[in-house]
This record gives sequence, C-alpha cells and structure tokens, in this order.
Amino acid sequence: MKRILASIAVAGGLAAMTAAHAGEIVIGQMTDRTGPTANVGNPVGDGAQDYIDLINSQGGINGHTIRLVEVDNQYKVPPAVEGYQRFKSEGAVLVGLFGTPITQALTADLAKDKIPGTTPGFGTALAADGEAFPYLFPAAASYWSQAGAAVEYAKQQMGGLKGKKIAYLFYDNPAGREGLPVLRKLAELEGYTLNEFPVPAPGIEMDNQARDIARRFRADFVISHLFGRAPSVQINALKRAGFSLDKVVSFVWGASEADVAAAGGFEAAEGYAGLQFAGVGDDFQVRRDIKAMLKAQGKEVRESMASTVFYNRGLLISALHVEALRHAVAANGGKADVTGTQVRDGFHAIKDFSLGGLLPPLNLGGGDHEGGGWVRVFKVTKTGFEPATEWFKGYRDVVFELIKEESAKMKN
Amino acid sequence: MFHRESGYYKTSYASDSALYPLPIARFAVAGFAILFFVVAPLLVSSYYLTILNLVGIAIVGAIGLNILLGLTGQISIGHAAFMSVGAYTAANLATRFDLPFWITLPAGGLMAASIGIIVGFPSVRIKGLYLAISTLAAQFIIDWIIVHTPAISGGFQASIQVPRPTVFGAVLDTQRELYMFILVVVVIAIVVALNIARSRIGRAFIAIRDQDIAAEILGIDVRRYKLMAFAISSFYAGVAGVLYTYYSGVANNEFFPLVVSIDYLAMVIIGGMGSVLGAIFGATFVTLLPIAIDLVMTSVGPYLIEDAGALSGIKSHMRLVVFGGLIMFFLVVEPEGLNRLWLNIRSYFRVWPFSY
Repeated sequence: MKRILASIAVAGGLAAMTAAHAGEIVIGQMTDRTGPTANVGNPVGDGAQDYIDLINSQGGINGHTIRLVEVDNQYKVPPAVEGYQRFKSEGAVLVGLFGTPITQALTADLAKDKIPGTTPGFGTALAADGEAFPYLFPAAASYWSQAGAAVEYAKQQMGGLKGKKIAYLFYDNPAGREGLPVLRKLAELEGYTLNEFPVPAPGIEMDNQARDIARRFRADFVISHLFGRAPSVQINALKRAGFSLDKVVSFVWGASEADVAAAGGFEAAEGYAGLQFAGVGDDFQVRRDIKAMLKAQGKEVRESMASTVFYNRGLLISALHVEALRHAVAANGGKADVTGTQVRDGFHAIKDFSLGGLLPPLNLGGGDHEGGGWVRVFKVTKTGFEPATEWFKGYRDVVFELIKEESAKMKN
Repeated sequence: MFHRESGYYKTSYASDSALYPLPIARFAVAGFAILFFVVAPLLVSSYYLTILNLVGIAIVGAIGLNILLGLTGQISIGHAAFMSVGAYTAANLATRFDLPFWITLPAGGLMAASIGIIVGFPSVRIKGLYLAISTLAAQFIIDWIIVHTPAISGGFQASIQVPRPTVFGAVLDTQRELYMFILVVVVIAIVVALNIARSRIGRAFIAIRDQDIAAEILGIDVRRYKLMAFAISSFYAGVAGVLYTYYSGVANNEFFPLVVSIDYLAMVIIGGMGSVLGAIFGATFVTLLPIAIDLVMTSVGPYLIEDAGALSGIKSHMRLVVFGGLIMFFLVVEPEGLNRLWLNIRSYFRVWPFSY
C-alpha cells in the first residue's frame, strides 16, 4: 500500500513538474479567425504557428521549446481582455496583439505587467516612441511611416513633387484618417496639392470618388488606404474612371492576393502597387523550410500559405518573437525562465535582422520601436506580385519628429 | 420544502414596500453579497476576476437595454453608441479637468441620457421596425460625429488615454481592485433597476409596452414616459461605457461598433425580457459562453486534433457554431429566456416533492 502511495506521489510530482513546464517558454498570440478581419487573421495565425513549429522542430531556443497559446479575439475588446489575462495566467512572457482597438485596450496593462507586446500593422503611430511606450513594439511600418514612404514612392515615380496633385483615398475611420497628418505636412514641405477622398464604411461603392479623382481633380498620383473589400472595389472603380493603376500605391492592408483576386485577378489589376512591411511571394528559405518540415511530419501544406502577403506577416510576427526570446535567453544565461523585461531588452538587441530577405533589416534598439519604418513596394504583374523597389524608408526624419511632437502633447 | 412562504404578515409600511419580503430571499441575497464581495475577491484568481469584470460591465449595459426593450417595449439598435457617448464624456472630463470617477461616471451617464432623449424622439411617433431603423441611424450618426470631431475624440486616432480611477488616493489598477469598483457600480445599477420596475415609472413603462393607447387612456403621458425610458436606458449604457473606459484605460470608438449593440440585444432576448434577473442571466450567458466553449475546446481539442495550427482554426469556428446552436437551443426550450427557465425550476422545487 505504501509503495502504491509513494508511486502515486512520484507520479503526482512528475505531473506537477510537467505542469510547471521546465524548459518551456510561452508566447501568447492573438488572432482574428472569425471576426471582421478573419481574411487576415487566418493566414497570419497559421504563419505564426508554423514558424514556432519550425523553431521547435529545430530544437527550440537553446533547447527550450516554445509553446504558442493562441486566442481568437474576433477583433472585439472583451475577448481580447480575457485572452490577455489567460496568456498571463499561462505564464506568457511575450504577447502578439491583433487589432488596433485591442492594442489600445491593452497598452496600459502591458506596461503595468511589464510584458512586451508586438503590434505589427496595428495601433497608433506614436508607439514607435520607445520612451513613451516601453513595452509596445509595432516592429513594422506604422501608417505614418507608410504615408511617408508612399509620398517617397510617388516622388520617385513622377520625378519630383512640386506642383503635382496627389489624391488620398481612404477609409473614413480613425485608422484610415491616421495617414492625414503626415500627408498634410509633406504637402507643405514638398509643395504638392493634396486632396482627400474619404470612403464611408463599408466601402463597397467608390465610383464617385474615382470619377472625382480622375476627371475633376485630375490627380497625378493616388495614395490609398483601404480595408476589407474596399481595395478591390477601388481597383475596379479607378479603372472604370479611366485612371491608370500604374499611378496608384496602396497602404499595407490594401494589396494582398485576396484583394487582387476579388478585383478580377492579376491580369485585371496589373500595375496596381502596394506597400508591404514583410516580403511577398514564395521564394524565401524560411517558407521552403516550413514546407520541408510539414512534409517530414506527414502534414499537408496549409491553403493559407498561398496567401503569401498575410502568411508572411505571420512569419514576421513569430520570427521577431523568437529572435527577441533568443537574445533574452542568452542574457539569462541560457535558462528558460526569462522575464518580460528581459524579453523587452531582447527586442532592443535585435539588430539587422532580415530573415533571409523576408524582412527589412530591422533594428529595434535606440528608442525606435518601429524598427525604422521600412517598407517595400510590390507591384501586380500578370503572374503575381513583383518587387518594384528595394526596402526603403520615406521621410523618416519628418515622421519621427511628428511622433515626438504628438507623444509630448500626450504626456501633458 | 425547507422553507415556508406563509405566516409572514406585513405590519408596517416599511415591510410592505421591502424589496425582498420573504426571509429566504433576504438570506439568498445576503449569501450572494458575501460570495461576491468577500469570497470572490479573496479566493478567485485574477484571470477569473477578469471574466467577472467583463460580465459586470455587460450586466450594467444589459439592464439598461432591458428597461427600454423589456419594460417599455421600445427597441434600440443604438445602445453601443450611447456607451461610446458615455466613454468619451468621461474621458474628456477625466483628462481635461482631472475630475475623479465619482463625477465622470454619472456625468457620462447623464450625457448619454440627454443624447438618448434626442435619439428617442422618433419613438413618440413610430414603433417597432421603424424605430429600430431610426435608432440604427443614431448608431452611425453618433459614431461619425465622434470620429470627425477632434474636440471630442481627442485627435487623429479617436482614442483618449484615461488614468485609472483613484479611491482615497489609491489607484485601482489590478483586476481585484477594478473588480470591487465594478461590483459596487453593478450593485447600484441592479438595486435602482429593481426599484424602477416596481415604482410608478416602471408600471407606466409596462402599461406602454402592453398597449400604448390603453396606457394613454389611463392617464399616462406616453410621450414623457417613452423619452424617460430612453433616458434611463441610455444612462445605463453611458455608465457601462465609462466602466469600459476606466477598465481598459482608454476611450476608443472602435470598442463600440454596431455588433456590440446587437450583442446587447441578444443578451436581453436570451436572458428574458422585462426582468433584471433576465438581463443578468443574458449578460452572463453571452459573455461567458464563448469563453467557456473556448476553454473546453482548448483542453479537449489536443486529444482530438494533433496539429496545433489546424486546431486553432477549427476551434474558433466551432465556437461560433456551438454558441449559435446553444442560443437556438435555449430559445426553443424556453422562448421567454433564461429567466423563465429559472422561474420554472424554482416553482418546481417550491412545492417539491409534492406536485401541488
């Protein structure tokens, strides 16, 4: 009897040890798989998961496995608040956020709990200021940086901006309007005329704006910032109005395979260009590695992998997480019990990280949590997306000055 | 049965107008008070307190909509917009004038109530689906005005960071402290709603719901009471919006899209229209069920599907299917909502083990 009791005790002890997860690092990852941005959330979530699987199959970080806890927040605040607390109770030292309102709702909690959160493509441009938001890492070009880069791209395409007419076609919500301060400021500096064309939700009717842009305003270039179904509507509306797609550049949420497909396919949308903060396409070592891993494990390649724009952003998120954790674990003497603050310092230690060309050369140290605001323009050709530029930043000085100004205002 | 309902004689006006005349009801309420005020904050982990906090805020909002929809019979699809009004009012007052929560909380409610009266004006002339559409319009109009008025929305991102509430100099920023804060507001909301329902105002609301022409013949000023219902309901919504603001530390219009209005309608309908307890059941059900389903599937799922990535995709979609299925199931079992279900159970056990 005693022996049985003892073995039960031992088994219980073992169970407790595995429950404590020796040598395991927990990352909380939010996605939106069933909400209004599910078309983004599913490939992003799959990409993030696959990259963690890949790292684990290669032996993890210094021998420690990574456990990804995923919560589908449906782009709603209450499930996200609940999900964040679940991450915390599971011992997550790092959280990947999904959605601008969610980022807003959790910013204060992250700073209080000293847990770093990444928000690529979400949240406010101000989060680039590492002094004001020590635990928030956008780690990808914000809408302000995108606005700067879009103007830079327009300048390259037209060979100068003086006296040109630029139309800003945007979704009329806070996120859509966010590009405005930078575009207005640059209009003063560069001497172009800016005209604003808001598109009310849900943005599935744009012929008026397109005609206005093409016939009345006679824009030389269109910078567009649309979400959901709107980008594909925009492509067709501009074409109908007789505006050449070669003179359009979209922000990061308006140029994915799905948008092009909804606009009638690559042939129909030829010439349309979009900014990207992660590489587009299949030709990357990490994607080949993932396919090889899935094959070795006898699993099927997910359909979402074909949606390279969003899937690769999922890879970006997890790659950044893993890279920060690597630095944190190294700083912790190779042990797995890293703290949120160590992970934050791990982010700061990320230097010229590019994941084989999938990412721009990211540096997250030096108070710039945006990593420089790099983007790359990819253009639609008959067969797929082709890069039209190298990785570049547009008007970084102007953008960062504006960020500093605004966050100073916020402190008062 | 283990308790007796007869033999309690009301010998004073005070005992006649008591909220809970029966001792067992008083004991039950005292038990719940101890459970939520003492036991829960001491024993429940901060993760589960988070869930209680979300439920608490939803209860305040749902009680408000229930006064309008359940008691007065007027529909509103603009409830989330009123929450937004409350949230931005409190955020502006708290950041610009450094006002404490005990001013911003009622101020947010009052602002929402005054907007609610304006939005409620069509209810004087129209009802049913027509009123639904006019309140739907209000949702979009209010949203648009907030986003396009920097003086309200606080700038290009339409979000205002708000400091957490302070009580006697102590900042309430842990889940436990916020739990107590929200709990006090929820209790006040419940007590006030219970008393509204059995006062002259509540009876007038019910008369209007049942037959507005008859109510008018009885001498009830239908216009006034309809607008009052809108005001009270919007006040509750505004307070819920303020709670959201203090709870998350930021006021943001994207917290209150149209789908949130629909969620609150669902809470009231699932819980049972016209009763405070129904609103509580509904708010709890709609908030907790997706979380519960998710937790169950997270613990059971890995045994069914090995691939973690595939699981998280399936899990999210299954949650919607199960959630929708359960709503249909409960409404088929009891069309009058969870509250009626509870009353049925209670009246069965009231005479148990004898059937008469």
